[in-house]
Amino acid sequence: MAVTDPVTGAAEAVLAPSPAARMRGRAFGHAGFVLGAVILIGIFAMALLAPMVAPHDPFDQVLDRKLIPPVWFDSAKATWEHPLGTDQLGRDYLSRLLYGARISLLIGFAAMLISMVIGTAIGVAGGYFGGRVDMVCNFIITTRLSLPVVLVAIAVVSLVGSSLSVVIWVLGLLIWDRFAVVMRAATMQLRGRDFVTAAEAIGCSRARIILSEIMPNVMNSLIVVATVEMAHAILLEAALSFLGLGVQPPEPSWGLMISEAKGLMFFDGWLIAIPGAALFLLVLSINLLGDGLRDVTAPENRS
Amino acid sequence: MLAYLLRRLGVAVLVALTVSLITFSMIYLSGDPAVALAGESATEEDIESIRRYYGYDRPILVQYLDWLGRALTGDFGQSHYLKAPVAEVIFERLPTTMLLGACALTFALVLSIPLGVLAAIRPNSLIDRLALTIAVIGQAMPSFWFALTMVLWFGITWRLLPITGSDSWANFVMPSIALGYYVTPAVMRLTRAGMLDVLATDYIRTARAKGLRPHTVLFKHALRNAIIPVVSLAAVQFGFMLGGSIVIETIFAINGLGYLAWESIQRADLPMMQAIVLVLSVFYILLTFLADMLNAWLDPRLRTA
Repeated sequence: MAVTDPVTGAAEAVLAPSPAARMRGRAFGHAGFVLGAVILIGIFAMALLAPMVAPHDPFDQVLDRKLIPPVWFDSAKATWEHPLGTDQLGRDYLSRLLYGARISLLIGFAAMLISMVIGTAIGVAGGYFGGRVDMVCNFIITTRLSLPVVLVAIAVVSLVGSSLSVVIWVLGLLIWDRFAVVMRAATMQLRGRDFVTAAEAIGCSRARIILSEIMPNVMNSLIVVATVEMAHAILLEAALSFLGLGVQPPEPSWGLMISEAKGLMFFDGWLIAIPGAALFLLVLSINLLGDGLRDVTAPENRS
Repeated sequence: MLAYLLRRLGVAVLVALTVSLITFSMIYLSGDPAVALAGESATEEDIESIRRYYGYDRPILVQYLDWLGRALTGDFGQSHYLKAPVAEVIFERLPTTMLLGACALTFALVLSIPLGVLAAIRPNSLIDRLALTIAVIGQAMPSFWFALTMVLWFGITWRLLPITGSDSWANFVMPSIALGYYVTPAVMRLTRAGMLDVLATDYIRTARAKGLRPHTVLFKHALRNAIIPVVSLAAVQFGFMLGGSIVIETIFAINGLGYLAWESIQRADLPMMQAIVLVLSVFYILLTFLADMLNAWLDPRLRTA
């Protein structure tokens, strides 16, 4: 904010920076946070602008242009027309990669949202009400944890039939456990605090206490878990698609691209290196952002 | 201790029953299991006879109790595809997956505990930063991509290790690393955090003040307490690895439970799928139960919690 008036400028210099401003300062000083944010914004922008920046149609098969290597390869076939080359069906790899970012981000975000709603409801209910309610919530969490995620996910997807929304729902219904565990612990810590007791004493309804006293105070942990789970969901989608039980061809999911190129990887290693590196970068950026947020929002926990 | 053990055991049995109910209802997700089994070209009579043969015509509750009762005696029915008892096939494959899980866990612990301890001794040093980097990279790498990259380098380019099969120890090197690497960050972080907490306590200061040798303080006093939470994490992670080995086993064609699960899903072999999910879940429940008991024994404070 540009300060033009000398009087307010002097007043602001005297006043200490607000907690929010200090948090912003820490965020911009945190190398991991900045790096993660920059990469994630870059990938998000590419996904959003894919129809405009993609040089070709990601589904367009040109059979006499199969397996052109990326431009940095010392090959006569390499051309700037296909900067990342073409796949075994002659589809432009860069365009598929750009459209694949949409699938990863969409599935990761949607599955994370579903699991956030379920996990937060279970965790906050258990943590706030305690006693029998907590016993039931804890039981539900334990049961969910004992089911093997990948196995149940592929079994369900194979039985229900695979589509984008099925993958999102199956993942969302399976990975809420961390939300529940963290929210339960965070709510328990707040339950006995004075401001909650005060709200109870003046007769606030439980819904109001949970929504306006508990939730704002667990928001930081919630956002950190959200980043972890979004990264988790993206990796699971890739693994599911790699096993052939996630996103179906011809959609350009990064996991599916690796799976389709598996048979050719001994001759053209870049076919799996490129989508793999893209997955790695996306998950890395989300994790860096999450770690950064944890440090920035709770500096007292930094060790 | 006995009261804690009994209460914990009761919860474990209840969880196992709930899991069995979920596993059982899984086959009804596709609608009618008889139709799924009969295939596309089946006539109405074929479906009806399959329904009667496998008992899908009975009330669901009767089917569940019958299935559960048999499962408790170790009878999971016949595999639709292999025409062999499910239990027999599973217990033939189970040791391979257990071995893979044990190797992967060993790899993960051997890598992560020393790194975690070193990082805690010198926080913010070069080693600490290196450990953190390994953790961050490990968490971001898709395990199947890491496995394929290893196959490409160690198997094809340098021809150091066999890329498929499960016959010799060399076959287990790459799969164990691929499966175990994903676990290392969590174990390392927990070891580091535990060590940092313990090293700041009064009794460590006392031990140092009375002149004990640094590595006696470190290993006999500090690590023994810091390792307690790592025990239960390792048990939990071992359970996750058995469930997650499906991806790694299919890549390396290891004849374990994960590969069997993948094959069974391809073949729509419902009893086999049910049994694998149930066996792995019950194994996980057993593992966490044992880990809790071990923890309560190591740290009496937990028993009253």
